[in-house]
Amino acid sequence: MDAGLVAAQLLNGLQLGVLLFLLASGLTLIFGIMDFVNLAHGSLYMVGAYLCAELTDATGSFLLAVALALPATALVGAAVELLVVRRLYRRDHLDHVLATFGLILCFDALVQMIWGPEGMAIRLPAWADGQQHLPGGLVFPTYRLLIIGAGLAVAAGLYVLVVRTKLGMRIRAGASNPAMAGALGIDIGRLFTLVFALGAVMAGLAGMMIAPITEASIGMGNEIIITAFVVVIVGGIGSIRGAFVAALLIGLIDTMGRSFLDMALKLAMSAQAAETSAPALSAMLIYILMAAVLAFRPQGLFPPKTR
Amino acid sequence: MSRRVGWLLLALLAAGPPLALAAGQPFYVDIMTRLVCLAAAATSLNFILGHGGMISFGHAAYIGIGAYAVGIPAYYGLHDGWLHLLLAVCCSALFALATGVIALRTRGVYFIMITMAFAQMVFFAIVSIEEYGGDDGLVIDIRSEFPLLDLEDGLTLYYVCFALLLGTLYLVHRLMRSRFGMVIEGAKGNERRMAALGFAFYRHRLAAYTLAGALCGLSGAMLGNFTNFISPEMMDWTRSGELIFMVVLGGAGALFGPLIGAAAFLLLEELLSGWTVYWQLPFGVLLILVVLFARGGLAGLLEGRRG
Repeated sequence: MDAGLVAAQLLNGLQLGVLLFLLASGLTLIFGIMDFVNLAHGSLYMVGAYLCAELTDATGSFLLAVALALPATALVGAAVELLVVRRLYRRDHLDHVLATFGLILCFDALVQMIWGPEGMAIRLPAWADGQQHLPGGLVFPTYRLLIIGAGLAVAAGLYVLVVRTKLGMRIRAGASNPAMAGALGIDIGRLFTLVFALGAVMAGLAGMMIAPITEASIGMGNEIIITAFVVVIVGGIGSIRGAFVAALLIGLIDTMGRSFLDMALKLAMSAQAAETSAPALSAMLIYILMAAVLAFRPQGLFPPKTR
Repeated sequence: MSRRVGWLLLALLAAGPPLALAAGQPFYVDIMTRLVCLAAAATSLNFILGHGGMISFGHAAYIGIGAYAVGIPAYYGLHDGWLHLLLAVCCSALFALATGVIALRTRGVYFIMITMAFAQMVFFAIVSIEEYGGDDGLVIDIRSEFPLLDLEDGLTLYYVCFALLLGTLYLVHRLMRSRFGMVIEGAKGNERRMAALGFAFYRHRLAAYTLAGALCGLSGAMLGNFTNFISPEMMDWTRSGELIFMVVLGGAGALFGPLIGAAAFLLLEELLSGWTVYWQLPFGVLLILVVLFARGGLAGLLEGRRG
């Protein structure tokens, strides 16, 4: 096996893990605090990507577009919370998934109405488009390194926000006992809108970061959202730390499985059998991991203490 | 009242196709075939969702498994219908049993996400097997062959599907009147009470979950026969969402609810998609409105909450 290839795939896995974390942390925050299942989280990922593509066209600068698209995605998230989600907190989970499933249909149709059925590509600025020579003779696209760096920075920022700031204290209070937090004078309604918008921003950021590689397309969120669910389940619903660990784990396992499982299988079976079974098995790998984790720890790796 | 509508629908479905053919409108036979297949699938889902309170978001997987249980043998030139049905039932039941063992240990939102993830696992596994067409799907040249029945004839196929719907309805009806059904329904209402009464309802639930999967596999086999073309898209998680919508739209827990829901669903789909290419938008809005304002679905409305 080529060590350079392994290192490159490790970085790719890390990149996927970082994106998954951005999606999963919002999901797990919203579930942990509002006890709300949001299937439409992937739609906010898509909305972020489209807004960024549109603004990159309009302003000519990718960075400026991201800076403008982030608050715009937050507004979309807040609007969704105020119009629909807010009315559902007292309902059961079946109502949550159905209503947010309806939201997905609406978002997909709206995006198609505004931007058409074709995807939208984003051109990277020249400084982000090259290759970086890493120590050890490894060559890796600059932009993918930027994604990893930005994702890790956001994860650190989120940690500081939740653990060190007054807002974070309110969020944690709302998560452990909303009624008590409300009685102590925290405006729970505003807090919920804020948390939902925060989740939307992180999902939107993930969409903006991946769009220059894959382009923004309709339904782009519907596939990755399931993987983000797997991350949330494996990490433990409501736990940001769990989401971080599980996101990196699943990003790495998925990427490494797709690249190297056929080689591993060839050690155990004939080359032909390995080549036919490896793609199917590697596609199933993260779900098998999820099943294995749940068989031993039904609450996930890091069950939050408050629940 | 919903009973009467249900019987009316069944009478319409029993007499409709020959009338449609006589009127020179074979198109309606196609719609009704799809309707009875989906209604049978939704009825099997209602058994665990409406009666058992198990919100499975992966029920479309069994449609896919059933369809591929026809498609893959047909690919190898095996057209025996009994073999297809046997495979559809056994594979669906096995998959339901294996995933149910893990999923049923969890509750609430975990259960929703896990059933969704397992269904997506099958989806990706089929997508990655290029031998059976992968993403592009598989054409079924020759429909399942039964003695005395010729499924190539549209009307015969329709009445076989209709018989499947009747059988599924009857089975669910009988089961819900049995001790087994009472335990399932009781555990939905209050798990602790059922445990205190000495019922090991985990096993009942697992049996119900497996049975629902097997029944849905049969609908999938008939749907595959009907469309002559099967693809992983049949078991995309959004399909599972549509099945849940049919159940809830019609009225979860009512015997004829899924039938009414499936009929309303297909009717809406036909009307709205004929009206605008963006039909998903009004469809999604309607879904959200049903969740917000029409709990109990159409059956609930028909039961006369008017007065």
